[in-house]
Formats: sequence, C-alpha cells, structure tokens
Amino acid sequence: MTYIAKPAVRHPGLGANDLGLHMRDYEGTISTLCAGCGHDSVTAAIIQAFYELSIPPHRIAKMSGIGCSAKTPAYFVNEAHGFNGVHGRMPALATGANAANKDLYYIGISGDGDSLSIGLGQFCHAIRRNVNMLYVLENNGVYGLTKGQFSASADVGSRSKRGVPNKSEPIDPVALALTLGATFVARGFSGDKQQLLPLLKAGLMHKGFAFLDVISPCVTFNDHVGSTKSYLYTRHHGHELVPVDFVPIRSEISASYEKGSRTSITMHDGSMVRFRKVPEDYDPTDRLSAYEHYRSLQNRGEVVTGLLYLDPGGEDMHDDNATTATPLAEMAYEDLCPGSEQMDALMEEFR
Amino acid sequence: MSDPRLEQADRTNDFAFKIGTVNGTGSASANGLIMQAIFRMGIPCTGKNVFPSNIQGLPTWYEIRVSHEGYSARTPEFDLIVAMNPATYERDIAEVRPGGYLLHDSSWPMAKEFLRDDITFLGVPLGEMCVREFKGARVRILMKNIAYAGALAALLSMDLDVIRGMIQEKFAAKPKLIGSNYKAIELGYDYAMEHFDCPLPIRLQTMDATSDHVLMDGNTSAALGCVYAGATVGAWYPITPSTSLMDAFKRFCERFRKDPETGERSFFIAQAEDELAAAGVVIGAGWAGARAFTPTSGPGISLMSEFIGLAYYAEIPAVFVDVQRVGPSTGMPTRTQQGDLAAVAYASHGDTKHIALFPANPEESFHMAVEAFDLAERFQSPVFLVQDLDIGMNDWMIPRLNWDDGFVPDRGKVLGAAELEKIEKFYRYMDVDGDGIPYRSLPGVHPKGAYFTRGSGHTSRGTYTEDADEYTEVMDRLRTKIDSAASEVPAPAVQMREGATMSLVTIGSCDGAVREAADMLERQGLPVNFLRVRGFPFDTLVPEFLDAHELNFVVEQNRDAQLRRLLVTETEVEPARLHSVLDYGGFPMSAAFVAGEVNEHLGRAPEETKVRPAAERPEGAVA
Ligand SMILES: Cc1ncc(C[n+]2csc(CCOP(=O)(O)OP(=O)(O)O)c2C)c(N)n1
Ligand code: SF4
Ligand SMILES: [Mg+2]
Repeated sequence: MTYIAKPAVRHPGLGANDLGLHMRDYEGTISTLCAGCGHDSVTAAIIQAFYELSIPPHRIAKMSGIGCSAKTPAYFVNEAHGFNGVHGRMPALATGANAANKDLYYIGISGDGDSLSIGLGQFCHAIRRNVNMLYVLENNGVYGLTKGQFSASADVGSRSKRGVPNKSEPIDPVALALTLGATFVARGFSGDKQQLLPLLKAGLMHKGFAFLDVISPCVTFNDHVGSTKSYLYTRHHGHELVPVDFVPIRSEISASYEKGSRTSITMHDGSMVRFRKVPEDYDPTDRLSAYEHYRSLQNRGEVVTGLLYLDPGGEDMHDDNATTATPLAEMAYEDLCPGSEQMDALMEEFR
Repeated sequence: MSDPRLEQADRTNDFAFKIGTVNGTGSASANGLIMQAIFRMGIPCTGKNVFPSNIQGLPTWYEIRVSHEGYSARTPEFDLIVAMNPATYERDIAEVRPGGYLLHDSSWPMAKEFLRDDITFLGVPLGEMCVREFKGARVRILMKNIAYAGALAALLSMDLDVIRGMIQEKFAAKPKLIGSNYKAIELGYDYAMEHFDCPLPIRLQTMDATSDHVLMDGNTSAALGCVYAGATVGAWYPITPSTSLMDAFKRFCERFRKDPETGERSFFIAQAEDELAAAGVVIGAGWAGARAFTPTSGPGISLMSEFIGLAYYAEIPAVFVDVQRVGPSTGMPTRTQQGDLAAVAYASHGDTKHIALFPANPEESFHMAVEAFDLAERFQSPVFLVQDLDIGMNDWMIPRLNWDDGFVPDRGKVLGAAELEKIEKFYRYMDVDGDGIPYRSLPGVHPKGAYFTRGSGHTSRGTYTEDADEYTEVMDRLRTKIDSAASEVPAPAVQMREGATMSLVTIGSCDGAVREAADMLERQGLPVNFLRVRGFPFDTLVPEFLDAHELNFVVEQNRDAQLRRLLVTETEVEPARLHSVLDYGGFPMSAAFVAGEVNEHLGRAPEETKVRPAAERPEGAVA
C-alpha cells in the first residue's frame, strides 16, 4: 500500500540524498515567526536532519500542539503529514497515531508552555509509555504566542522584558525526562546547529522515546539582559557535556573527530552514536551517572547540552504490547473480525 | 390481612423479588446463579444491580423481575425480599408489598419494631447452619449466600437440576468446591421445604421462551461490537459505569486477536493518564487510519470536549461510548441517568453538532457499536454511542447475537496510493462530490496525500486561514455534512395503536418501561402510540410523528428534559405538543410511573385507570 519514492542515482555533486531528493524537498511553507526566532533555526536543522537521513518525506508524521513552536511543523517537509492539534495534547495524538501506524517517523514539536504547563501530564505519560518518536521541546522560557508570560521553565530570578523577576522554581524537562525513564535525553541550543544536527539525527533514528530540549530564544519577549533563555546567556553559560557524532547505518565512517576517549553506541538499526571526550566519571548509558553529572553541572549555573543519556535497548510501546508486525491501520478487516462461527460459540457462554 | 390482589391473580412467572446483601461478601455469584437458573428454565427475566460506589461493606441489592410476558423494565413493587443485611432490614421490610414475603436469616432474633403483620416472614437460620457445616469465616459467608439461593429454590420452585448443572459448570476447574456448594444449596432448600408451605404463590414454572436468547450486559455487547467492527485501538481512563466495557474488549481481544503461535496482538489498548489523553489517542489513531474508540462516562465527556471539537473541525473519525451515570459533577457514579444527551449533541465550544446513537438494550448496543465506526468513517467525525449504567452494567435477556460474514465495513472516502497517484492535486476539505463529505488521505501512503491537519481556521484546500469567506465555506459544508447524517443514523422505533391520538416518546433504556406503560394505558382504555428516538441528528420521521399527535409525552431520565429540548431546538414541532415525563433519581424507570404520570396529566380518575380484565382488552395494532 505504501508508496516509496524510487531511490535515484546518487549525485553527491548535485546535493541529492540517497533518495535523490534535495534539501528543498524537505522544506515547508514560509515561516511566519518573528525574524530571528530561535524556533526557525531549529526548523532549519530539522530540514537538514531529515534530508541527510534520506527519510522519505511522506513517511514522516509531524505532530504538534499550540504555540509559536507548535506552528513550525508547517515550515518543514511539505510532503509529510502534519497534525497541529490542541494546546498541550500532542503526546496523546502522537501516541494514538503511533499505535495505529508504527512504521512512520514521528517528530513532535512542542513549547515549554505546551509541554511543561498545560501538557505536563501528557508529556510525562508519553515518556512513561515509551512512544517511538523524537520529541523536540523548543524552550524559550515564555509563552511566545500569547505574548511573553513566564512559562514553567523560566529560571528563578530570570527577568521579564518589563524587569519583573520570576520567583517560582522552574520545571526542568531534562531532569524530568531522565527521572521518568526517557530512553534518549538530550539538550541543544538553536544557536548551535553543528551540535543540534547530530542530536536530531540520533533522536530520529532512536527507537523509543527520544527527548530533545532545545534552548530556543524568543527574540520578541525573552532575549533581553536579565533573561536566562537569551542567546547571550546561553552562549556564555552553555556547557557541552559530551560532543557527539551521529553515524548513519551503512555510511563510511569518514567524519573527522577529535582524538581522545570515545564511546560508540550502536543503535537498534545499526547506526551509531559516537561520544567524544567523555569525562571519566560519566557513563551516558547509565541513567544515574547521567543524572548526577547533569545535576552537578547545572548547580554550577551551566546550561548543560549534548546527548546526556542513551538507552540503546531499542524497545518501544509496541514491543511491550507485542503488536503485530503489520501496522494496525493496515490490517485487513478479515483478519480482525472473529466471524459468525466464533459468535455462535460465544453466545453459548452467555446462557 | 394479605393483599387480595396477590391472592387472586396467578403469579406464576410474573413477580419481582430482590436480594439485599452487603457488598464485597460474594453475593454477586449467588445472585447470578439464581438469575441464570430462572433464565435456563426458559422464563424471561431481567436482573438489576443496585450497588453503592464503594468496594466493601455497604448495602447492595439485586433485583430480579420474572415476566412470562417478557416485560423487562424495573418494577419497584417487590413480592419477596431476601434481607441478608441487618443494616437494611427496616427499609427492606417496608418495601415488601402487602401480602408479600420477607426471607431473612433467623439465626438472630429480628427487632420487634420492624415486624409487619401484612407480610409473611420466612426465617431461615442460614448463619447457624453454615457455621455448623462449614469451616472458616470466608467460606461460611460465601456458603450463606449459596444457602439462601437454596431456600429460594424451594420457595419459588426452581429446578434443582438446573442449579446443580450450573454449579458443576462454574466449578469445573475446582471440583473440590462442587460438593460444598451442593451442600449449601441443600441446607437452604431442605430447611425451606420442611418449614414453609413450598412453593409460594409467586413461583416459577418451566417455559420455553429463552432458548433463542442470552443474558448479557450492554458494556460486554458494545465491546463485542467494537471487536467485530474491526476496532484496533482503544484508549480509556477507568470510570464507572464504563470500565467493564474496556475490560470486556480486552478479554475478547486476548481471545480473538492474538496469534496463538507468535503471541502477536492485533490491538492496542492505552490506559491513558486521563480522559483528555484517551480522546487524543483515539483521534490520533483515527487520523492515522485505525478504527479507534474510548469508553467513558459524563465526567470523561466533559474533559474530552476540547478534543471532540478538534475531531469535528479537522474531520477525524472517532467513536466515543458514553455510559451515562447520574450527574452533574461526580454525581452518583453507580446510579443510572440520561443526563448527557445535550452535552453529547453539541459537545465542545463553537458551532459543533455530533452524530449520536442511542441503544435501548445490549442487543442494540452491539449493533450500534458496529454502526458507530461505519458512521464515524463515512462522515469523518466523532460519533457517540450513548448508553447508560442500566444498559451497560445490568444483565438483560436479549436475542442471541448473530454475525453476517458478508459484512463489509464502510471505511468512507479514503484515497489510496493508486488514487492519489492519479489525481493532479489533493485538497483535504474540498466538497468534490457535493455531499459535504470530502476525501481524506492517511499518513505514510503517498506524498501527494500529505496535508496539514489543524484545528485552527482552514480553507477547503486545507491551508490556514483567517478569511471570513474561506472559514465560512468550510463551516457551512460541515453543517450540511452532519445534517445529512439524519437519514443514516438508525431510524426511530415506532409502535402504532388503533385509535391513538397521543403518543409516548422516549429514548434509550426507558424503552421497556414506556412500552409496558403503553400496554397498561391501553388496558385502561387509553391507546397511545410509541416512538423511541435511536439517532441524532433526528430522522425526519421524528418531527412527522410528533406533528401527527395532539400531545406527545416525552419520557426521559434527566431533570431538564434534555431530549425534549433537543426536539424543540432541532425540529419545527410546536413545544406545546411536547409534555415531559421525567424520572431522574438514578433508578431505572418503571412502567407504573410512566402510566401514572400520563394519567395524572390527563386528569384521569383512578377509577378509569383500573386495569380491565384481559378479555376486555382491545387488540393493539402493532407496527
Ligand atoms: C486550551 C488553551 N488554552 C490557552 C491557549 C492559548 N495559548 C496558545 S499558545 C500558548 C502558550 C504557548 O507557549 P509555548 O508552548 O511555550 O510556545 P511558544 O509560543 O513559546 O513557542 C497559550 C497559552 C490555547 N490555545 N488553548
Ligand atoms: S513571539 Fe517569540 S517565540 Fe513567537 S515567533 Fe516571535 S520570537 Fe518566536
Ligand atoms: Mg515557549
């Protein structure tokens, strides 16, 4: 039933990927976000990630809730199905869609309001359920679309544009994802595409719930001095814990990486994540070690980035459910209906 | 001083009794045994569970009505009450109708102030006998339940072989228990035979009226409908009285949808974090092409409202089963009501209207569940299967369910890869066929099918808009689309009688009480026609019927006359022709109540409403 674009002859010189598609084939409609919005940079990185991974556009499902961030799926991969649902409820839609068709690439785009306030419950439960998807939280510390109110990720002391400091403790999505059992936890910065790209690619290829928090400044409401989610602040306080490379399956390992201690982790499909310069007392495949490391750096006031935790186990909610190989949405009705004989037999049991 | 009515009339296979126990003491299986035994004797019967919102220690009752005529409505007049719960003696004794019987455990003396001299007390030392015969507190309590079933067998003339057969079936896997259960039955039976004049005038006599029937509750049958409809995704958050629907769905799927060799399962059940999420899962799954549903009750519908509006506006199939309970708010979770009619019809903000199906019994729950998925996919919209606690959780005698292997599900207008390949460009919300129903595509099938689904303003091409005309075009089409479902939902059930100028109009589980009331009224010289609404938007037959009667009594179970309100809003019928008959205290409706309300409204004197002997009854024309 599925249409797969024919892989065309590869012309590296022309910039076509394995499917013969170009970067522009992964673009969306023109963004209507404010010029300089961090979210647009994330969109650009997502386009490149899909392109470089040679994922057939129509096999991608773009899920989102409501917010400036949630609008962005319209701005990448036109030939993918998109679902811009209701505020804070993207995880449920993604769960249902994935339940019906587990063979698509699911990417969910959310905001800090969408995920940490109205949708906090759904965010947590999607992690617990281990939905196979890449969940990108474009984190700017404010509700952009409703004009700059503090969100639950705003740090204590961070000042609004009018100078009012935030007094409530933030909800840290990375710490949350680590504790709730996300099988892939990472943080990037919209201003650092070089770091963001391998994180996106690894997250897309990861089987299970991949969480990627991206500090993505809101230039209109939260990029001033005194904000802890501004470009300037993030550049100054950013701490890349472990630089990583993503090595897709079958590609020659030609990427140049620095010498030093290095850990390679093979993903479920054979692709690989390479951690460079891993600190000695830190094991990115050990949840506790990742959590402790993350907390200690954070306590020093650093915005910790990188791939913080990875469980390469490669299981998701369908493995727990023992779902059939054929996606449920593609099952033939004849294979689902028990038929009249079973009905007649069953009726005897209700007498 | 017994009631002359009781003595004169032949009460064989025509009486009602109830059993009062404490919940959590295992009485449910004894009650089920009694009910099933009557059913297996070929006698029409219905069982209604009146239970508390509690796990252990509160009063609970099981009511059984036996009716050779096949009446299934609840009757609040009890000829016999088995009072096993001292905490409710007073109330139970007061509820026995004059001339009736009270069966109680006489191991301890009964307080004198409770005694009545117009009923017969049948004391059986159940506790004492069980202490003597059985060991262990838990076993004694369980066996006491079986022992009262034994006493009832003697008093009502139940077929002991049938009971023994059932015990054997039930404990086939634990044969050790068969002996003790037999023993308990005999204890009660022998004691009653020895001490009372058995059987009582209210008694059972084998018939042959149930062999084509089964005993089933509507949550089980609706779940079976979901399985047969080909639903693969179910999402839910536990809530009484809908929980047993998902339990049944899971059970059926484990049996029918699991590959015996590989263990692979062709279903996915998500126990969501709340009803919002459950609705989202269902809508997400519907969007991706699976048949998906969620069972819930009123509080869940309230939470799901935002998502319901999304599915309506973005045109995504989704099936919601609302097993109504008493509202508002938490209300009375274990009591029945029809309080969600208005909420369901227009659930969510903005201009919305939804397709709804209203089964009257578990048989219809099954068929309408199947139909709900077809309608949801045909109209690409949420569809509500609206039943209630009485249908969902009580045992009803229904015809055996049949399945037609020729059934082909209606998946609606879905473009496949080949069709998409051929077309120039796909526009998701374009009214190509002029019937208000656009074509849809599923994710992953073909690049040309890709579109952006959104709950924000969109054009017929599927693009974002804030333009008045573009927005209005889609909204107007949606109205046409949903209104056109009126002729596709199940047609109303109608029964006409010779000489009738008035009617009884009702919905859902009131069916039995209202039909029986129509029979009563006819016997009292007032023939009335009958209509039961089975779907929303209303079929044109509904207003035609209402207009044809000078007065229509609209009978329903809610305070605010929600069905009547919908009829007034959605049809041109004169409101003065619609008179409400409402019962909303949480118990299934009775025929006597309905007939009484009609008589009172019409100012008919009690003399006129006396039941005439059968010979004088006019033949009712049934259509
Ligand atoms: C039920 C509901 N409540 C409120 C809103 C209004 N609303 C839209 S977006 C938004 C906040 C978005 O913040 P965030 O998720 O951080 O996204 P950003 O715009 O910052 O990217 C709110 C409150 C809504 N759409 N729905
Ligand atoms: S308001 Fe902020 S988050 Fe929204 S588009 Fe503008 S810069 Fe981006
Ligand atoms: Mg935000």
